[in-house]
Amino acid sequence: MKRERLFVMPSPFRDEFRIHGFRFGSGKKSLAVVGAMRGDELQQQFVCSRLVHTLQDLEERGELMPGHEVLVIPSANPFAMNIGKRFWAMDNTDINRMFPGYALGETTQRIAAALFEHLQGYEFGVQLASYYLAGDFIPHVRMMHTGYEDVELAQGFGLPYTLVRNPLPIDTTTLNYNWQIWETQAFSVYAGHTGVIDVATADDSLSAILRFMALHGIIRYRSHPGYYSQVVQEEELINVKACRAGIMYCLCKPDDIVRRHQRLASILDPYDGSVRWEVRAPADGTVFFMQTRPLVLENSMLFRLIAS
Amino acid sequence: MIKTVISTELPVDEHLLIRKNSISSGSGKKRICIVTGTHGDELEGQYICYRIGSILQEHPECLDGTVEIYPALNPLGIDSITRGIPSFDLDMNRIFPGDPMGSMAENTAYNIIEDLKGADLVLDIHSSNIFLYEVPQVRINQLTADRLVPLARYLNLDFLWVHEAATVLEATLAYSLNALNTPTLVVEMGVGMRITMSYGDQLVGGILNLMRHLGVWTGDVPEPPAGHRTILSTKGTVEFINASASGVFIPLIRQSNEVEAGQSIGRIVDPLRGVVLQEVAVDRPGFVFTIRAYPVVYEGSLLARVYREDKA
Ligand SMILES: [Zn+2]
Repeated sequence: MKRERLFVMPSPFRDEFRIHGFRFGSGKKSLAVVGAMRGDELQQQFVCSRLVHTLQDLEERGELMPGHEVLVIPSANPFAMNIGKRFWAMDNTDINRMFPGYALGETTQRIAAALFEHLQGYEFGVQLASYYLAGDFIPHVRMMHTGYEDVELAQGFGLPYTLVRNPLPIDTTTLNYNWQIWETQAFSVYAGHTGVIDVATADDSLSAILRFMALHGIIRYRSHPGYYSQVVQEEELINVKACRAGIMYCLCKPDDIVRRHQRLASILDPYDGSVRWEVRAPADGTVFFMQTRPLVLENSMLFRLIAS
Repeated sequence: MIKTVISTELPVDEHLLIRKNSISSGSGKKRICIVTGTHGDELEGQYICYRIGSILQEHPECLDGTVEIYPALNPLGIDSITRGIPSFDLDMNRIFPGDPMGSMAENTAYNIIEDLKGADLVLDIHSSNIFLYEVPQVRINQLTADRLVPLARYLNLDFLWVHEAATVLEATLAYSLNALNTPTLVVEMGVGMRITMSYGDQLVGGILNLMRHLGVWTGDVPEPPAGHRTILSTKGTVEFINASASGVFIPLIRQSNEVEAGQSIGRIVDPLRGVVLQEVAVDRPGFVFTIRAYPVVYEGSLLARVYREDKA
């Protein structure tokens, strides 16, 4: 393993801004993994740190297969994480909306450009991602439908679901999208939570990455075979929205199988505790996403279900 | 007449209200919409809304048609000095045309479009951000330049910037409305969190001038300042000057300056060591239409944009 300083930038008032990468093996550029690009992606960074640890161990045992190079970047944004911000602390821009980056552009465009230079040319790319709405997911792999994506490859992670998303304009500046355009097979692994560390789901994400690496002959590693991953198109998910605002009292959790008309949550009046709205499943399905804030606004997304 | 365009229930004893003042007079059928406050840290448009509203109410006899004023498309953002929608990750001006089945923000975006579409003209007023000063200018996507540049000229602003199309900009309010055949002009001027009255008065005059051209206004229109001209960007090039050091930027010019070759526009200094880290100079003459307002910079921070008549 080589620990490398991939990017350094002086700061006017803080320590230097540094991005570190961990490189394993040599030869064909097989896999690159990126952890936190946002300061609250703790779970994502935790999974990456565990991956570095595991790969080091495999290296010592001689179980990294020759001819493969693997790069792991646990964090591209330590400055935000150290002060509890999600985005770039100075101007609140999101590094993951700046790809492919521009080396002569704005600060976060430069960071994205430096990252992308190091991340290009790999056969596979994995980003440990978070979602723009606060909530918990069933662990899954997400791919962008760009015409270059190969859904069968994503199933190699053995996570319960593989979600395929049609990119919106705003997605065209993400790492995942640009990786695919530049011919890396790119996957976003959603490790369940953001802003917290949950060891059990982190283990699942780590196992998924190791399983994928073993499948492609990058490491020798024996794990349980994982799930037969079901492919879901994002537009087929059933959105369950809040018809009223209030306190959300939840009656189900991700991965629960629910029946049409089943009560998923109650929205309570925050003054007198009365029920303002019973949130019911519009169809039979599985709870794929659940928002986790205690208070909800009218029209906010509460659940996304996979129809059965 | 004050109308509530969108009312969304918030958890505790409050509704998110997006309101407009709809002012009609005469028998004209044209409708002009003035919208602002998408970005909660941009306030220059507040003065415009106030002035246009007060002028129209003083002189209803000069109005022939309807003018609708929307001071706050993102009222929770303005109230909390938040650029975006509080507790929502995405820039509100990147989620249009919205989605009636989507989240609260996407649903709001959808209803805003529904309310504005079909207008004869929409003016979307922005004021940069807290980092940059902008001269009063209109920004036009090159895809819509043929239709919009002639209209934008009536605003008598300092600069018309026809910029390249980018996929990510397809989700702006202006792009979405123009795609629906509702002509929409984007104004950028001033700086975030402040009101620059001179720019505001210039734009108010321009709006009345454009209204007169559209046959909606028959009253007085203030003349632009003597010698005023509007620079159209299509004859030349725009250069971006970004910081090559991290430190504190001290500007040496105001925005709206004609600069000469070799002229220093500012410097980046190191307050701890007491040294200059970068002298920021332009290599050729030009017109500075953007200049850094917020002093702290990192490598890459935008310091200025310069327009030059000659093609590089
Ligand atoms: Zn704006």
